[in-house]
Amino acid sequence: MKPAEFYQRDRLWQPPALTPNYKTSVGRSPRLAMLSLQSSMSEITGPTFGHSDIDPIDNDLIKNYAQSGDPIGERIIVHGRVLDENGRPVPNTLVEIWQANAGGRYRHRKDSYLAPIDPNFGGCGRTLTDENGYYFFRTIKPGAYPWRNWVNSWRPAHIHVSVFGTAFVQRLITQMYFEGDPLIAKCPIIATIPDPHAIEQLIAPLDTNAAIPLDCLAYKFDIVLRGRRSTLFENRLEGN
Amino acid sequence: MVQPLPYLKETASQTAGPYVHIGLAPGAAGFDIYRRELGWEIAGPDVPGERIRIEGLVYDGTGAPVKDILLEAWQADANGIYPHPEDPRHGEVAPGFRGWGRIITDFDSGLWSFETIKPGPVPGRNKRIMAPHINLWLVSRGINIGLNTRMYFEDEDNAADPVLNLVEQESRRQTLIARRTAPGTYRFDIRLQGEGETVFMDV
Ligand SMILES: [Fe+3]
Repeated sequence: MKPAEFYQRDRLWQPPALTPNYKTSVGRSPRLAMLSLQSSMSEITGPTFGHSDIDPIDNDLIKNYAQSGDPIGERIIVHGRVLDENGRPVPNTLVEIWQANAGGRYRHRKDSYLAPIDPNFGGCGRTLTDENGYYFFRTIKPGAYPWRNWVNSWRPAHIHVSVFGTAFVQRLITQMYFEGDPLIAKCPIIATIPDPHAIEQLIAPLDTNAAIPLDCLAYKFDIVLRGRRSTLFENRLEGN
Repeated sequence: MVQPLPYLKETASQTAGPYVHIGLAPGAAGFDIYRRELGWEIAGPDVPGERIRIEGLVYDGTGAPVKDILLEAWQADANGIYPHPEDPRHGEVAPGFRGWGRIITDFDSGLWSFETIKPGPVPGRNKRIMAPHINLWLVSRGINIGLNTRMYFEDEDNAADPVLNLVEQESRRQTLIARRTAPGTYRFDIRLQGEGETVFMDV
């Protein structure tokens, strides 16, 4: 493949840095304009991963930390494809997820929520997409949890998702939500996203076709990374 | 009406939140789950180049260290080659060179550091040469979409770098340059907001 530029990130679609209803953003948001850069070799390259980096059990959150049995909670499959904005699958890319347990508690030294830690649940997983961009996790449906924003703020059930793509400029972290959750409409973190269609794209539908009868339900979550032009970036005008 | 365009929209970003370590660095979250965590070695022990250590703090708008920040670094090897198929010279990249690393803070102080080799100059656009630099990406609670920036070195010739020269104000250019504090050691502080705000890049 020849070096080609990525489509500019749509900053009216992505959340801005400063979103006062999500209070922590107020002190952590840059206030000066970002420097817009055209792609160079530093932007169109990025880390690559292979099957030697991970183990097959890493995508099974029901088993990958089980000590004395399976974790408590609703057994689910989360699956989907990683695509780019041109609709092309992104193969062999690393997808990492993390989440709270069924009671809404994270296995993290900084989480002090009163819901119990599940001794059989770590809460993280990772996998590589296959040649069609497809990925698959088995896990437990996470619970909602309270957090300090307003005094009665609750996060809707969600799974954090980290994806690489092929270039460092495609790097993305997001959160997947579950169809039908009434907390979605009340969440100031989700409301950082200005466009309602962009929010819908984060809500995974129940996918009964992918459910395993008598075993687990399934949710489908496709992820779209930035796409790129097909033209080269040599011999173009530059801004200085 | 007109015909619809065939493009999909990029998935919207959401903050990595306070528990990002569970997913990306579970050892730091307090538990051991994977055979090997990713991102702890940018350059293996046999990779040629000057061994360097970089440390710093990320400050918020009140001047306090951001103690839960997570950074990722992406850099070329000592010859300026990225270990990626789209670098035309990638076949010559130093064996054992990964180029990518994850950097976490000390949760009490917010101080972070990492070891690597100094990258070489990298070909830029229009046959111009970019001075040695490390690409950085920052995520944490309160950051809605990962922040990109670059770190340059004060003891390199940065005068002709095409990216630094896009920054209009000389004082802001300095926010992208790491200070050499001892042989092989550099300091790079990042300010998210306020006086001395680091230049972030829409890449
Ligand atoms: Fe969360």
